[in-house]
Amino acid sequence: MTVSDTRLPEAPGSPPDPPASPGWQEAARRWLRSTSTGSSTVSVLMTAVLLVVLFGAGSIRYENFGYPQVALNLLVDNAYLIVLAVGMTFVILTGGIDLSSGAVVALGTVMAASLLQAGWPAPLVIVAVLATGSLLGWLMGLAIHGLQLQPFIVTLAGMFLARGICFAISGPSIPIQDDLFTAVAINVVELPGGTFLSYGAVLALVVVAVAAYVLHRTRFGRTVYAIGGSESSAALMGLAVGRTKVGVYVISGFCSALGGLLFSVYILSGWSLHGIGLELDAIAAVVIGGTLLVGGRGLVVGSLLGVLVLGTIKALIDFDGGLNSWWTKITIGVLLLVFVVLQRLTARRAGSAS
Amino acid sequence: MSPAAAEVPAAPVPSPLPEPVVAMTGITIQFPGVKALDDVSLRLFPGEVHALMGENGAGKSTLIKALTGVYPYDAGTVTLGGVEQRFATPADAQAAGISTVYQEVNLCPNLTVTENIVLGREPRRRGSIDKRASRERARRVLRELHLDIDPRSVLGSHPIAVQQLVAIARAVDTDARVLVLDEPTSSLDAGEVAELFRVVRSLRERGVAILFVSHFLEQVYEISDRMTVLRNGRLVGEHRTADLPRTDLVRAMIGRELATLEDLEHAAPRPVEDGAVPRLAASGLGRRGAIEPADVRVHAGRVVGLAGLLGSGRTELTRLLFGADRASTGRVEVDGRPVRLRSPRGAIAQGIAFLSEDRKGEGVVGDLTVRDNLLLALQARRGWLRPIPRRAGDEMVARYIRALDVRPADPEALLRNLSGGNQQKVLLARWLLTEPRLLLLDEPTRGIDIGAKAQIQELVAQLAAEGMSVVFVSAELEEVLRICDSVVVLRDRQVVADLDASDTSLDGVVDLIARGNARD
Repeated sequence: MTVSDTRLPEAPGSPPDPPASPGWQEAARRWLRSTSTGSSTVSVLMTAVLLVVLFGAGSIRYENFGYPQVALNLLVDNAYLIVLAVGMTFVILTGGIDLSSGAVVALGTVMAASLLQAGWPAPLVIVAVLATGSLLGWLMGLAIHGLQLQPFIVTLAGMFLARGICFAISGPSIPIQDDLFTAVAINVVELPGGTFLSYGAVLALVVVAVAAYVLHRTRFGRTVYAIGGSESSAALMGLAVGRTKVGVYVISGFCSALGGLLFSVYILSGWSLHGIGLELDAIAAVVIGGTLLVGGRGLVVGSLLGVLVLGTIKALIDFDGGLNSWWTKITIGVLLLVFVVLQRLTARRAGSAS
Repeated sequence: MSPAAAEVPAAPVPSPLPEPVVAMTGITIQFPGVKALDDVSLRLFPGEVHALMGENGAGKSTLIKALTGVYPYDAGTVTLGGVEQRFATPADAQAAGISTVYQEVNLCPNLTVTENIVLGREPRRRGSIDKRASRERARRVLRELHLDIDPRSVLGSHPIAVQQLVAIARAVDTDARVLVLDEPTSSLDAGEVAELFRVVRSLRERGVAILFVSHFLEQVYEISDRMTVLRNGRLVGEHRTADLPRTDLVRAMIGRELATLEDLEHAAPRPVEDGAVPRLAASGLGRRGAIEPADVRVHAGRVVGLAGLLGSGRTELTRLLFGADRASTGRVEVDGRPVRLRSPRGAIAQGIAFLSEDRKGEGVVGDLTVRDNLLLALQARRGWLRPIPRRAGDEMVARYIRALDVRPADPEALLRNLSGGNQQKVLLARWLLTEPRLLLLDEPTRGIDIGAKAQIQELVAQLAAEGMSVVFVSAELEEVLRICDSVVVLRDRQVVADLDASDTSLDGVVDLIARGNARD
């Protein structure tokens, strides 16, 4: 490192105010920087490009793939996974992980089905399910922060606990016949061009929007990023590290429970074997969406795109009909690996630049 | 009488303002078994840069931690602006106007410069963070410090030096009256240090009291107005920088007690035959940011000392010789054959052994017995598939416990229950069992009692007499001069001299460390 390239005042760095007509590359770079998320934006753009390419390839290859409703169905069919991935994004941004979310989805469906069967009013059932998920997340967060335990182990325990409670409540599948749940399941939001979205899909998009606001416009959200960047620094800067760390697990628990409700609306039953491995799908979506597993870098919009990429791959293989559905898993596996390698390479380049 | 021995001057040092902003008086901190600070006082005046000086273990960090609310103190008082304070947490101290910037940048590299400056106290409008106002505030602070850093850029994209300056900007944004800079320059190059000092000076002009800790004497003399010197947890003196020559400062920091305890004795230097191939020859060996390219030659049967203050690069150089850090420049030859030292494993295969300065972290396995600790390196060298026969192991262990006088002489004692000196003997024996040809000893006698110290020194001399090559690193110059045949003097990460120990005086080495040129 020479003296000259690290001297600050005379360095020809960008002036604070943009000149009148910068080239488009400079403008793009400036915009990227002004998003205050830097390389995360690049990763998300990569995911967006991938989504467009996949979808475009599908439209060319398969006759009916290009209809707008096919695209909207990606949202409809994956609404619960989007909500799950949002909760997971919070946790992963702090550098943690939540393995319990798939089991909490199952718990949500079983609780909803059995409580409705027992005659509880639907609004009360919804509140009970959401409260249970949040409580479980709060307890896990307390264990992780208060006892300095590994998130992996604590949420693994939470996963077994939630799955076990499902079986304790009911082994066999319980159908849901409640009016409110079926109404939400059947009715849709009409969109121009004869297309539609389910209520669940709309709710999932609202969750994404709220999450993006919380992450970028509240102190809580910025603290989430700060903890992911360096937890010890965040503590020395006087940020509320403990409260925030517990908070992200509460959010993840809440989102898992909400995902469970959406799943029970989608499938109209409660079963203890619902959502097995769903937490891993959520993690895959978050990572494909450009969020670093070590924390501190990523956007919740990326997680939405990640879910849509997974959904597109599944739709492509369904459309083909001739391919075994295991190809979905194989494709996702390869994709995940490619993305992690790409992230590592970009991170290394950024690291060597400084 | 040297200033080192002088008490705090009877006439108080003239100060810029009559009232100190911080006055620490009679601070005493007792750790289990040791007084970390004993009746130490420190005064900080507004608009001064005050250097806190002392060797490793002198109590500098402890004193800073007492000031910033990290450690509670057992006796003494701290007043801030004339009012007695007792900070329970760093956040309390910060709220009262004492900001600290640590050696490692304690910011979040993934966030923008703006966010790092305002994090936790962002301006808000109707509940949500006002990004525009945040950026304006960051811009204003950066402008006040005359820093041209884009507030929207990500912190991690900047070199460490800039990150350090952003940390200062954050500290100043809280309207700090006192700024503590704990070794802020240890990873900066000359240009970056100049930039940092420019900022420090502008803060001084604004009336901030700055407490500056550094191991680099040049920098201390460049920036500081006054200094407080500590040694072994005690106050040695408070001086005006201009009144204290460097040589006296180094003496005050290092102390001369040992010289009076033991007579300096020089064994007849072991001659090096003309044309003999050195056992180890490093030329231009360096690592960017850690140590400038240096030449080191060690012949068979010779002890080469590395002398210098902490941070002078002595440990860094030793680690390069062991392959614990990767060198960025230079070549190494062992017995005339070029070798590449890429890992400790590779160095061990060349017959090099390394006793780390960090005894606790990098050597002692406290929960294993003396026997297991002794046999660890030998077993690792044999490979785990060829266990050392029980009988042979017992014999070796018994022999080394006797030879090094390890107490208690019980092979089954847990190592953590032994004293520091005896732990060190066990670690030394561990390496000796592998029959190395070059022994790197980094501070082998630090923190151990005087008896064990003498035994280890004796052992080193004996090993050299038997033909082993030794590199001996120590902060104690008397020790280095006593047992080494030649002395490599380091200063500010550079080798400044390579001397024959027999015709070198202690004062000569002190001069070199202080000034970097030969006696003048």
